[in-house]
Amino acid sequence: MNRLLPFIGFMLLVGLFGFGIWWNTRHDPNAIPTPLLNKPAPAFNLPKLYEPTQTVSKADLLGQPYLLNVFASWCIECGVEHPVLTAAAPSLGVKLVGYNYKDAPADAKAWLAAHGSPYALLIADESGQTAIDFGVYGAPESFLVDAKGVIRFKHIGPITPDVLATKVKPAIAAMLKETP
Amino acid sequence: MTPELGQLALILALLLALAQGVLPLIGAWRGNHALMAVARPAAAGQAVFVAFAFGILVWAFLHFDFSVQYVADNSNLELPWYYRIAAVWGAHEGSLLLWIFILNVWTVALAAFSYKLPEVFASRVLAVMGLIAVGFLAFIVFTSDPFGRLLPMPGDGADLNPVLQDPGMAFHPPVLYTGYVGFSVAFAFAIAGLLGGELEQAWVRWARPWTNVAWAFLTLGIVAGSWWAYAELGWGGWWFWDPVENASFMPWLVGAALIHAQAVTEKRGSLRAWTILLSIFAFSLSLLGTFLVRSGVLTSVHAFASDPRRGVFILIFLTIVVGGSLLLYALRAPKVAGGKAFQLLSRETVLLIGNLMFAVAAAMVLLGTLFPLIGDALNLGRISVGPPYFGFLFPLLMLPVVLLMPFGPFLRWGKGESPLLKQILLRVGVAAAACAIVAAFFVDGKLKAIVGVAALVWLGVGVLLYAYKRWRDVPRGRRYPGEMAGMLLAHLGVGVFVAGVLLTESLSVTRDVRMAPGETQHISGYDFRFDGVHRTTGPNWKADQGVITVTRDDKQIAVMHPQKRTYPRGQVQTESAVDAGVFRDLYVALGEPMDAGNIEGAWALRLYYKPFVRWIWGGGLLMMLGGFVCAADKRFRLKRTADATASLDLQPQETRA
Repeated sequence: MNRLLPFIGFMLLVGLFGFGIWWNTRHDPNAIPTPLLNKPAPAFNLPKLYEPTQTVSKADLLGQPYLLNVFASWCIECGVEHPVLTAAAPSLGVKLVGYNYKDAPADAKAWLAAHGSPYALLIADESGQTAIDFGVYGAPESFLVDAKGVIRFKHIGPITPDVLATKVKPAIAAMLKETP
Repeated sequence: MTPELGQLALILALLLALAQGVLPLIGAWRGNHALMAVARPAAAGQAVFVAFAFGILVWAFLHFDFSVQYVADNSNLELPWYYRIAAVWGAHEGSLLLWIFILNVWTVALAAFSYKLPEVFASRVLAVMGLIAVGFLAFIVFTSDPFGRLLPMPGDGADLNPVLQDPGMAFHPPVLYTGYVGFSVAFAFAIAGLLGGELEQAWVRWARPWTNVAWAFLTLGIVAGSWWAYAELGWGGWWFWDPVENASFMPWLVGAALIHAQAVTEKRGSLRAWTILLSIFAFSLSLLGTFLVRSGVLTSVHAFASDPRRGVFILIFLTIVVGGSLLLYALRAPKVAGGKAFQLLSRETVLLIGNLMFAVAAAMVLLGTLFPLIGDALNLGRISVGPPYFGFLFPLLMLPVVLLMPFGPFLRWGKGESPLLKQILLRVGVAAAACAIVAAFFVDGKLKAIVGVAALVWLGVGVLLYAYKRWRDVPRGRRYPGEMAGMLLAHLGVGVFVAGVLLTESLSVTRDVRMAPGETQHISGYDFRFDGVHRTTGPNWKADQGVITVTRDDKQIAVMHPQKRTYPRGQVQTESAVDAGVFRDLYVALGEPMDAGNIEGAWALRLYYKPFVRWIWGGGLLMMLGGFVCAADKRFRLKRTADATASLDLQPQETRA
């Protein structure tokens, strides 16, 4: 029996490694857990991009769900997801809010003029201060916020057609089913 | 066409490895000499084909053959030729090919030096080496083809990671792999021993020089890696407890235990089962390192691009090799405790304590390395342990080893004498305490530094006392055989290493400063004057290069040129400047300009004064030297007479098995 101990110990290790491989196929090893998931979105008060004198706060958006998309004109990946968002926006089922992140307003406007804007509402966070409350890690990022102001889903990186179909849309559908 | 020849060569090598792995085993079992004779030619042929494939990959790199995906991914037109050769092992596929090539070098060496071993035993050893090669060749052929084509062929390739564009890249991986792979020889000996059932001490004596050489190479590889990280990464650290560093350190720890256990088993016949187990563990941990680096199970700076298919393959291979050998161990390991009995106070006891400490330390490192994985498995969330865990437990486990080390050589096998021990304890103790008290005045009473000096004296005086005893008691010519000299060198190396670590850690000065041209910083008696930054270019990079003139008492010590390089693909790499010395290193890393765009203005700089940091690697090199000197002991050279008796010893067992 004693002599079998190393073998048994090793087999436990193999089990752990097998689990590790399985886990990695299910989970992105670089994923950053969002402590804000299923928690109320942080309060914010940011100017609109096109009318900087008017501000939009979290309270203003309560009552209907929205997808908050963090983007910037300097962000190359944002250009990748932009056509996908533009095509999907009408059929998304929720309002698409553009969150312009650490961007010069003039650059952002030029970028939107060139690429078109799928956003129903555009707010600007020029300093990036509010983004820290959201735990924004880099652009692009997207937050799905429900009618009560709770973050229901978060995606880091561009929304590709694949991400849209397998993650974003199911998350929206699940949310809408719960809160008719 | 040529890259396909490389692929073909690997497939042929795989077939030869199969022949080498299977036929001699059958031959040894049935007593068929023809089948046993397959081992050597198959091993040689396999090595030729693998060397051929390796050469083709080198050729593809040298001739910018970007139609080969691997070449296009890891080199470009601007990469100098020496880094294009090093780029061969710059990523997963090529480094695997290097692994296999080195395995072949070991196998061919084994084939060449095993003619005097009993035929059956040598065949089994070579067959086990063949089976290992089968696993790795299948891995490269089925999941990691370095010769895969990229069509259409791009005009230029990507780039070798700038961190890897360093002379260290030419040296560190091949040497480290030589050590890693070298443990396969001790493993093959142990498995052949288990298969044959010959529980003589003979195989342990044959395995000893191979194990020592492998361990010495691994030591050198780790030292080179540590020095490279220190010089290149700009953090001024020399060890980071990174998962992949740990992956090389675990086999080293077990290897250190193994070379001592082998000595006990060879000389006294005791600890047989333990020696076999350690032989299996040392190589298993090498394989485990390969798994951890290449499966993507753990994230690390060293990790290669992960691919679950590869992970599954290595895991299956690991399970067969390690699981199979541990099962074989469970079934066939010596059942009764053999060897000569020993008392509590004996050399065996001291070596056994050292062995257990090394084994526990390896287990501790394994646990710490796998912690994130365990956290996922038990659903504890994202957790990992870092330097605080290792930095606390490792010294604690090594303390008994350091304390006991001076006594080991003085103790006799079987039964030691306590009066002699008391005398030694008194001498090394008084010397260490006296030096510690003197040292306290020089290091501002920093405890770590004092302990470092005490440890050096404790171990150094122990070594000197024993060297003197041999000088006094033993006639000329027999005083310091290789085994003895190697042991003394390696133990002295431990002392130098411990002193280096503790002195550097407690006395180093680091300063992050903003410096305008002409400004001076004063650190530990040295004046660092910043003379501004200018542009410079290299073969494939542009750099902002700082000039720092170091003076001491108005005498110029060094002019240092830290750089911030930009490579063709826009990657930025800092190149720190080091002024090395026996007693201290001066180290400067260039940060960012305070005013972006104005490189002639003030810069953020990081200045280090690192006393005794070279002693860390110096100690490592002494340990390495000890390993090589020990392996060169004349006693391990197979003589015809020794061979004849060994064969006679083995014969009865062979017929029984």
